[in-house]
Amino acid sequence: MDNKNRKGWLYLLPAFLFLGVFMIYPLIDVFVYSFEEGYNSASQTFFGIGLYNYSYVLHDPYFLQAVKNTLILVIITVPLSTGLALLISVALSSIQKLRELFQTVYFLPYVTNTLAVGLVFMILFKKTAYSDGLVNLLIQCFGGSSVDFIDGPYWAKMFVLCFYTIWVVMPFKILILTSALASVNQIYYNAARVDGTPKWRIFTRITLPMISPMIFYLVITGFIGAFKAYSDAVALFGTDLNAAEMNTIVGYVYDMLYGDSGGYPSYASAAAIILFAIVLTITCINLLVSKKHVHY
Amino acid sequence: MKIVLQNLTKKFPSRNKKSREEVIAVNDFTFEIPDGKLIGLLGPSGCGKSTALNLICGLQKPTSGRIFFGEDDVTDLPPEHRGVGLVFQNYALYPHLTVLKNITFPLENLRGADKLSREEMEKRAYEAAKLVQLEGLMDRKPSELSGGQQQRVAIARALVKQPRVLLLDEPLSNLDARLRLQTREEIRRIQRQTQVTTVFVTHDQEEAMSISDRIVVMKDGVVQQIGKPQEVYDDPVNLFVAKFLGTPPINIFRGRAADGQLFIGQEAILPLQGVSDQEVIVGIRPEGFILQEDGPLTCKLSRVEVMGRDISVVSTHSCSENAVIRSIINAENAVDPEAENVRFAVKPHKLYLFGSETGERILFTAE
Repeated sequence: MDNKNRKGWLYLLPAFLFLGVFMIYPLIDVFVYSFEEGYNSASQTFFGIGLYNYSYVLHDPYFLQAVKNTLILVIITVPLSTGLALLISVALSSIQKLRELFQTVYFLPYVTNTLAVGLVFMILFKKTAYSDGLVNLLIQCFGGSSVDFIDGPYWAKMFVLCFYTIWVVMPFKILILTSALASVNQIYYNAARVDGTPKWRIFTRITLPMISPMIFYLVITGFIGAFKAYSDAVALFGTDLNAAEMNTIVGYVYDMLYGDSGGYPSYASAAAIILFAIVLTITCINLLVSKKHVHY
Repeated sequence: MKIVLQNLTKKFPSRNKKSREEVIAVNDFTFEIPDGKLIGLLGPSGCGKSTALNLICGLQKPTSGRIFFGEDDVTDLPPEHRGVGLVFQNYALYPHLTVLKNITFPLENLRGADKLSREEMEKRAYEAAKLVQLEGLMDRKPSELSGGQQQRVAIARALVKQPRVLLLDEPLSNLDARLRLQTREEIRRIQRQTQVTTVFVTHDQEEAMSISDRIVVMKDGVVQQIGKPQEVYDDPVNLFVAKFLGTPPINIFRGRAADGQLFIGQEAILPLQGVSDQEVIVGIRPEGFILQEDGPLTCKLSRVEVMGRDISVVSTHSCSENAVIRSIINAENAVDPEAENVRFAVKPHKLYLFGSETGERILFTAE
């Protein structure tokens, strides 16, 4: 190895050290834990190596509930939030007056603390002895009967969780999409106008393909983010998510490590690896789909 | 389709908030572009030629004045209803579509009675592609084409909908020198073949002169002169036009008309008639010099450049406004490159006088 090369590696060493200690080693460790049966963290011992942890996790009704919740959350929030963000961005870029004001308003949730927002949502949706919450008041206004969104039926809670998630992830998407829209060269629109292209066709045939890399980026990160959802559920339903039937996969992992039933790093590791496999699969599917529809 | 511009004016609000002075990009254009001709709008950057093109095409609305295509007043029509094809300076090809899709794109917009079947669209696209000699490249993306090929796709896309008027905005500026020569011939050929009235914008006078039927020389939003290229070259109305046309550029001297003679410095160059005694600006085309041992104009010789058929004599003179005087002389004349001075006579029809203040042409009769 020549001198220059050695110098290069030397400069990279600190980064490698930190990445190795805090990322790569834990990743490998989680993988190893997930196969160690009956691991005891206090005595650092285990009975044997096998797939029992996976089998346990996959048969655990709480885990299955968490997977179901997470999948519903992903399937509803990712397309909906991306679509809505696109709609709002297009609207934003087509107005002149007050655009900056609206941009700020739409960006506010991004810089607001998740838990604080959760509290506000509680006030909006929670039914207490004293008040039915603002949303229920509205429902009553239109002649409906009030629903307990926080401690009530499953679909009501899921609705609030999805609503909340969409609301939280939208600002970033709007930010990305408005700048993507602004970066489309005006000349293409001029060319399309001279050719008499209808507005809708300009949008589908020119604007969308031009910003498709950004949409794709948002969909991928949206999927990954939604699969890793946890704090949103905690903010709305408290820490005992299993009781509320609102647990997510990451929530399950957390419970297995630190929750009331905690102290099972092997189960947690197995669940984490399963989550990893799901996210990996979905991302690969996304990449395959994108090859056809994303234009760089 | 002839194009008539009547008192066409476009003002832009000032960017400078303090002065509030409007920018007049196009100032009171009135001229007619005859049917089936190729017109070059020529001027330095910022003279409003692109704005004029955008007004004709409809992407910008004039502040005042009217535009007619034939007998139709199109001033208030949006671009899509004017029947214009526009080729943008950087082509504006849709990067995510193939050449074929790019060319058929305008056709897919046709609705109602004009609606075409897919086969018809492709047939027309292939016809347009054939016209610009692109047939083999229909499945490529624009990024896989050279600049010249992209240019031709842009022209095919503009022509495919059979526009009444074809507009080209600096069509050659993104091409290298050799391709530029070739493409301008192409444009000429395509225009001849389709007989579509064509307006193109350029800052390159050579380009405009070589292929246009008429050129319109502009400066600061005002039309300076309109005419056939050779006429404008031979008979410029003012100093700006004289300076703008011609390579190498015209040689400018400070001179004086006195006692029926034109003086440059102390030397009487040419007998003049019909010019009152005054300070003048003298413009002499490079080909207007004649090498003559006892010629009246004595210049200090800098160097001689041999160009084969001609030689270019580079010299200096204390009254010259240019750094050097360039004269193109037939190569049969021998010039001693070691000589200190070179003496010229001038051809009267290659020499123009302009008012020293106004820059307007002063007509004279020699002898």
